[in-house]
Amino acid sequence: MHTTHDDNPITKERRDRFLKRQSIIEMRARQRAQAILDPGSFRELLGPFDRMESPWLPLEGIVPESDDGVIVARGQLGGRPAVIMAIEGAFQGGGMGEVSASKIAGALGLARRDCESGKPILPVLLLETGGVRLQEANLGEAVVAEIHAEIIALRRKVPVIGVINGMVGCFGGMSITAGLCSYLVVLPQARLELNGPEVIEQEAGIDEFDASDKHLIWSLMGGEQRYETGFADALIEDDVSALRQTLQSLAARGVPTRHRSENVDEYRRRLAKIDPAAPPDGPGLRRIWPRGEMQ
Amino acid sequence: METLNFEYEAKGSLTRRAHVGVVGSGDLEVLIEPSGKPTAEVRVRTSVDGYTQVWKDVLDRFFARFGRAARVEINDFGATPGTVTLRLEQAAEEARS
Repeated sequence: MHTTHDDNPITKERRDRFLKRQSIIEMRARQRAQAILDPGSFRELLGPFDRMESPWLPLEGIVPESDDGVIVARGQLGGRPAVIMAIEGAFQGGGMGEVSASKIAGALGLARRDCESGKPILPVLLLETGGVRLQEANLGEAVVAEIHAEIIALRRKVPVIGVINGMVGCFGGMSITAGLCSYLVVLPQARLELNGPEVIEQEAGIDEFDASDKHLIWSLMGGEQRYETGFADALIEDDVSALRQTLQSLAARGVPTRHRSENVDEYRRRLAKIDPAAPPDGPGLRRIWPRGEMQ
Repeated sequence: METLNFEYEAKGSLTRRAHVGVVGSGDLEVLIEPSGKPTAEVRVRTSVDGYTQVWKDVLDRFFARFGRAARVEINDFGATPGTVTLRLEQAAEEARS
């Protein structure tokens, strides 16, 4: 499912389509959830006026947000029940704290109970996050582990769909979240990696990784690269209607017979193809790990 | 982080609550809701210390015109006075509509 475009000339048709696009990247998390759900069906759970904010950030002199940077919304997608868990990348880099991660884990748990009682609901995670919020370190890590346990329990009943939809990307423990999803959707602007570029440079040195080199970063961990090497199931343009259509068609595929994270032997086989003394560049990796091989 | 509190006299009241904005770089969130008290109570939490007088000037000007009883919370992440005023206007518009 590949709907982005190459360097074709800008025709009138392409220009009109571009101008009609409703950008996901330019929206904030709450708007994204509203735009994905059918008009009028958005209903927020634990919204700003419930004031489930971080109790830890003010103790460290950091201004909290009234929703702790996670929007949980129930509604309909294409007429079917859905729950959107959207991370706000503009607040603390989308970092997961005790409260924000608990909102996601709780929403996944409720979705599981709904599915178990015969009321299927489609869970969608909008991942724009640098991983665990360092100020809440172990508390955040502990709840991210709960998110993972909930996804693994829930994905047996219903496909869990992740979307990497913003310029922050998806890093740290939350990149594992993306890897556990039944299906993963990426934009070309997305990045997916356990360790972010600056972390690699800081820990391994600039010879290992130059975090100022955008071409290098996107060639290795960018949305297109992740799609072409089989780590994502759909690569879409930055457009709300494309995302809505993609979510519905992935949901229609149902629960995959085998989740990506269960393919342990296959990934071992792939890793064995790489010589650590001469690691491939982005295009080289696409040649040895073509996406068709995994599906 | 600094917490500032302000209180303004009010005549009218609000029927709806509204939330706008995000606690992101150069931005702020505003929560405005009806209050049982006859005043507009404002609590500001800001990431930038030492700007009490600027906050007072911006809020004095806004609430002199707004004139309604409300409970207002502002979580600020370094917004300029212009951005603060626009977010307040946006919140007020949503709470009045």
